[in-house]
Amino acid sequence: MNLSYLFDPANWDPSAAGGFPQLLLSHLWYVFLALLIGTVIALPIGLYIGHTGKGSFIAINAGNAGRSLPTLGLLMLMVTLLGLGLLPVLIALTVLVIPPILTSAYAGMRTLDRRVVDAAKGMGMRPWQVLTRVELPMALPVMMGGFRSAALQVVATATVAAAVGLGGLGRLLIDGLAVNDYSRVLAGAIVVAVLAVVLDLFLALVQRWVVSPGVSGRF
Amino acid sequence: MIQYLQNNSDTVLAALRQHLYLALVPVLLGFVIALPVGYLGVRFPWLYHPLVNVCGVLYSIPSLALFVFLPVVLGTKILSPLNIIVALTIYTVALLARTVADGLRSVDKLVNEAATAMGYRRTRRLIDVELPVALPVILAGLRVATVANISLVSVGALIGIGGLGQLFTRGFQLFYLEPIIVGIVLSVLLAAVADLIIVLIQRAVTPWARA
Repeated sequence: MNLSYLFDPANWDPSAAGGFPQLLLSHLWYVFLALLIGTVIALPIGLYIGHTGKGSFIAINAGNAGRSLPTLGLLMLMVTLLGLGLLPVLIALTVLVIPPILTSAYAGMRTLDRRVVDAAKGMGMRPWQVLTRVELPMALPVMMGGFRSAALQVVATATVAAAVGLGGLGRLLIDGLAVNDYSRVLAGAIVVAVLAVVLDLFLALVQRWVVSPGVSGRF
Repeated sequence: MIQYLQNNSDTVLAALRQHLYLALVPVLLGFVIALPVGYLGVRFPWLYHPLVNVCGVLYSIPSLALFVFLPVVLGTKILSPLNIIVALTIYTVALLARTVADGLRSVDKLVNEAATAMGYRRTRRLIDVELPVALPVILAGLRVATVANISLVSVGALIGIGGLGQLFTRGFQLFYLEPIIVGIVLSVLLAAVADLIIVLIQRAVTPWARA
């Protein structure tokens, strides 16, 4: 196993274009953008469907459809349609983020004990209060689960997106393969894998922090 | 589109065949490995949480990273289909081992006690009672793993072997939409058909669930 590329200090220089810090930063930027746009679109829809129970077939099928969409095909379709650039890739990433977030928002709202919702109504809460003070906090663990799998999905797909010209850590894999530099490929694979694991751990911590102790049972 | 399919039916069929092979062999291998691994997590309760964590970490590794990392570890050629098969088997095990453990844990304790009281030994009870009762949960996991595998195979096209993914790379290089659309549609259809087959199998093997 040739780790020379990974441990070459020149590749860790924060000012070097194509070094790990800059690639990592741009990778995280794409992940952040896709998650942000995806959440803004999917969360309200998922919550609406979960709260009202209308259109639940959309939420259920979105999850299945999202899983079966081949990410590479979607990326290459978007780029072939719209040309090279950040926008087509961002559209593809966002399309992949929407199903897990939407489905988990719906599932979180549906699986919580409806008697609690009835009790909240009985106490005189308005629909908006029921949503923000009862349903949302109780649905949060399931929703965070969906958000975490969405995040992993984007980290992986943003890597693949280097094949259609995007920056980020995937560059190490794609460029390394193109010039038969396996030390670089290996370094890229390790950094991407570590990033995915660390990001998931970080989101697990966030989940611990945002979920009310009354819901998670950790008093 | 029809024109493209007529002119390239051989290529498309070959890609489809490779896609099926690359996606389904890991599902079978993964299922066979996950059953004993998941059982260990139930037989020895202290193993359950480490098992769930290791599976979570394995599943979070991006596919492209695993595809290019495995040749170094296994000593295979980068163009060997074995890399894809091993990588997808790892994902399948990561997903299913946990599902198997959760399925077995969900079996009602009273059912187990009744089986023991009727004279079932541990192994017989596992095969005749616990596994069948856990089957709906396990098969639900199998559906997710199968569909995920089918969509992941195409990423392999970036390292030269990817079934329908090769249609994506070809279309992308030629700036030609038809192969990409055909590839996506076939991949999604394949996932839907595989999913349906597992649902039908589940109906056939769990007649008691059909109420």
